Amino acid sequence: MSASSDHQDSVFSHVVQAPEDPILGVTVAYNKDPNPIKLNLGVGAYRTEEGKPLVLNVVRQAEQMLVNDQSQVKEYLPIIGLSDFNKSSAKLIFGADSNAIQENRVTTVQCLSGTGSLRVGAEFLARHYHEHTIYIPQPTWGNHPKIFNLAGLSVKPYRYYNPQTRGLDFQGLLEDLGAAPSGAIVLLHACAHNPTGVDPTLDQWEQIRQLMRSKGLLPFFDSAYQGFASGSLDADAQSVRMFVADGGECLAAQSYAKNMGLYGERVGALSIVCKTADVASRVESQLKMVIRPMYSNPPIHGASLVAVILKDRDLYNEWTVELKAMADRIISMRKQLFDALQAKGMAYKLLFILVIHCTPGDWSHIIKQIGMFTFTGLNTEQVAFMTREYHIYMTSDGRISMAGLNSRKVPHLADAIHAAVTSIA
Amino acid sequence: MIPFSSYLYTMGNFDLQILVIFIYFLQSLGRITMAVAVDVSRFESITMAPPDPILGVSEAFRADTHEMKLNLGVGAYRTEELRPYVLSVVKKAENLMLERGEFKEYLPIEGLAAFNKATAELLLGADNPIIKQQRIATVQGLSGTGSLRLAAALIERYFPGAKVLISSPTWGNHKNIFNDARVPWSEYRYYDPKTVGLDFDGMISDIKAAPEGSFILLHGCAHNPTGIDPTPEQWEVIADVIQEKNHIPFFDVAYQGFASGSLDADASSVRLFAARGMELLVAQSYSKNLGLYAERIGAINVVCSSADAAARVKSQLKRIARPMYSNPPIHGARIVANVVGDPALFNEWKEEMELMAGRIKSVRQKLYDSICAKDKSEKDWSYILKQIGMFSFTGLNRAQSDNMTDKWHVYMTKDGRISLAGLSAAKCEYLADAIIDSFYNVS
Repeated sequence: MSASSDHQDSVFSHVVQAPEDPILGVTVAYNKDPNPIKLNLGVGAYRTEEGKPLVLNVVRQAEQMLVNDQSQVKEYLPIIGLSDFNKSSAKLIFGADSNAIQENRVTTVQCLSGTGSLRVGAEFLARHYHEHTIYIPQPTWGNHPKIFNLAGLSVKPYRYYNPQTRGLDFQGLLEDLGAAPSGAIVLLHACAHNPTGVDPTLDQWEQIRQLMRSKGLLPFFDSAYQGFASGSLDADAQSVRMFVADGGECLAAQSYAKNMGLYGERVGALSIVCKTADVASRVESQLKMVIRPMYSNPPIHGASLVAVILKDRDLYNEWTVELKAMADRIISMRKQLFDALQAKGMAYKLLFILVIHCTPGDWSHIIKQIGMFTFTGLNTEQVAFMTREYHIYMTSDGRISMAGLNSRKVPHLADAIHAAVTSIA
Repeated sequence: MIPFSSYLYTMGNFDLQILVIFIYFLQSLGRITMAVAVDVSRFESITMAPPDPILGVSEAFRADTHEMKLNLGVGAYRTEELRPYVLSVVKKAENLMLERGEFKEYLPIEGLAAFNKATAELLLGADNPIIKQQRIATVQGLSGTGSLRLAAALIERYFPGAKVLISSPTWGNHKNIFNDARVPWSEYRYYDPKTVGLDFDGMISDIKAAPEGSFILLHGCAHNPTGIDPTPEQWEVIADVIQEKNHIPFFDVAYQGFASGSLDADASSVRLFAARGMELLVAQSYSKNLGLYAERIGAINVVCSSADAAARVKSQLKRIARPMYSNPPIHGARIVANVVGDPALFNEWKEEMELMAGRIKSVRQKLYDSICAKDKSEKDWSYILKQIGMFSFTGLNRAQSDNMTDKWHVYMTKDGRISLAGLSAAKCEYLADAIIDSFYNVS
């Protein structure tokens, strides 16, 4: 039998090569680049000032505890996952004193990080909810539309980012949500909007809440950065809690990838806040029907670590300190990049280049935006230029991960941005 | 005085709509304070789903307080003391991982490279030309279920309308996976209740009758739930028929090493097909053979006729995984890679696996001996000994299985399947009594 010739037609002849995932593919390309000056600002994974990945101290401690604990076994978790983890996760996002939790109106199921939580929630809605359209902000995380489409929902945009102001298009948002059919699902980034880093103010959230409740729109929160955005777990959950406090229903997908640095462990949770405990219990039973044919039950390791940390007062406190340190380092990177661009006289040069836009050129959006990412405003050509000439890897929408930046690399990045905006329109 | 809120719940949907309109009308006349919730849940009409037939058994077992209760439901290995078992090599691997202080970065969508390499080699043999030729696409999946689901999604997308044929009976979750993936399926005859053995003619006939290019789901070894496997000669005939009809073999390999105690022996069916140059799909799980149940570690493998096809197929599997969970969990994959990658650990694993398989074989024998000793009739119970793997198909029907639970507090699935992995030598006599009572006294 000859080795690699197609002596028989493959039944997979018609299967074409899929393109690399646009976000994860950035790291693939970065890894292939042999140039030592390269910089990976693609995936939102936190790096230390030394440019290294970080495993939190509390995570290491929790892992040691688990390994030492003779009673720890690897039996199948229930379909909805680790019970302690679920309870603690609900308290974390909704607040320990949440009425919804006390009234047993919340069902929380462990899922595979943010993606898995969104997918399970979307599959549930596609099967059991009467409205099958989900409104997503323009722009949003690249994987969102794929998740919802495959789950059986159709996707419509609502205005969100204003390229002129590099801020929120609040009027557009209100108009688009106002025009949505009653009962439609609306995806909301709980904090640190990905990719723009632009969040509504609390006032604006309140207006959004009132509009949505008056139209019976169903909120579906994506909370991937609780604690990571401002440094405060409670502050970063305000938007979600506002909606829960009014007694209404909503979905919330939580991820521990960033705030506990548990990326590869795939830890997350889907919560559905319902009107009554009875509904919550029935909803939970139907969530199991989605999960069982997908992967049966979720992975134990990451969830066990989270449960240990959230339930131990000292570890929890230590976590909040480590979390704040990560958030602070990112905030400081924003400041440093902003200063470096100012120093290069970018504001002055930019005035000419951006004269067709109404906003005077400045880079203050870098410090106004929040969370891991900055929407630089660079276009696809400029991004390609930065990769080609400066070996800086980022997504083609102009998003950079501030978490991947450190002080030593700020000058290089500033040079690259400067070169990109001056040589390419 | 009945609270208004409870009246609300007993009203039909139509009544509620009238009420809502009425209240809206009143509110528009002026402010009304109402203590009742006008808004009904958007999920009000959702019904309670039934408990999972397999996983639900353990839930029921936990709720039972009877001292003689026995859980023979889920296929999770138990020691003679009926305790869960974490393999010693697994603990060693975890300690190594902790000492090294490894990072927790996202894996690539296709999973841990070292794991993918190890798992393909375990399946086909490290020196298999298919591996050297790069004709196997391997993507880490969420244990057996997740790997089957990725394959099902691939079939739905690239072989629209193609059917999957599943054995009658088969693992209860198979049909759910194909249903949710929107892949049509039908059954091929497999279990013959008259012989409590394989209906081989029925199986061959049904596979022949299937539309050309169907996917035939085969259990690599230790068929679940029956424990009845084809012989090597029968596997050859099955392969003949599949080739004749241009079907695509789709193996579910959840017990490699666990069935006979030998990794190679348990992979022989898959290797037989691969050696014929056939293209095939293989879902693997490390839940049982490495005791990594809750870590959710497995893989989907697609053996293709060219390296180019394998590369393309792999890229499409990634495209399916990304909107499902982005990338797979790291912990279980590292454990497998560490165990398989270290010769000393690998050997120790093989020994532990032989012990587990050995214990199951020995309780199988003991159960058989106990039944024969107690059953004064001429009934031939030897099918229990001929079956292989974690499970035994007792031949009990649904009513008899219910009797096992209701009267004897023996928890099992309604199809008559018992998990020998949950049986101790000490409980064989009790179980024998239960089986004999159920078989003879309940119809």
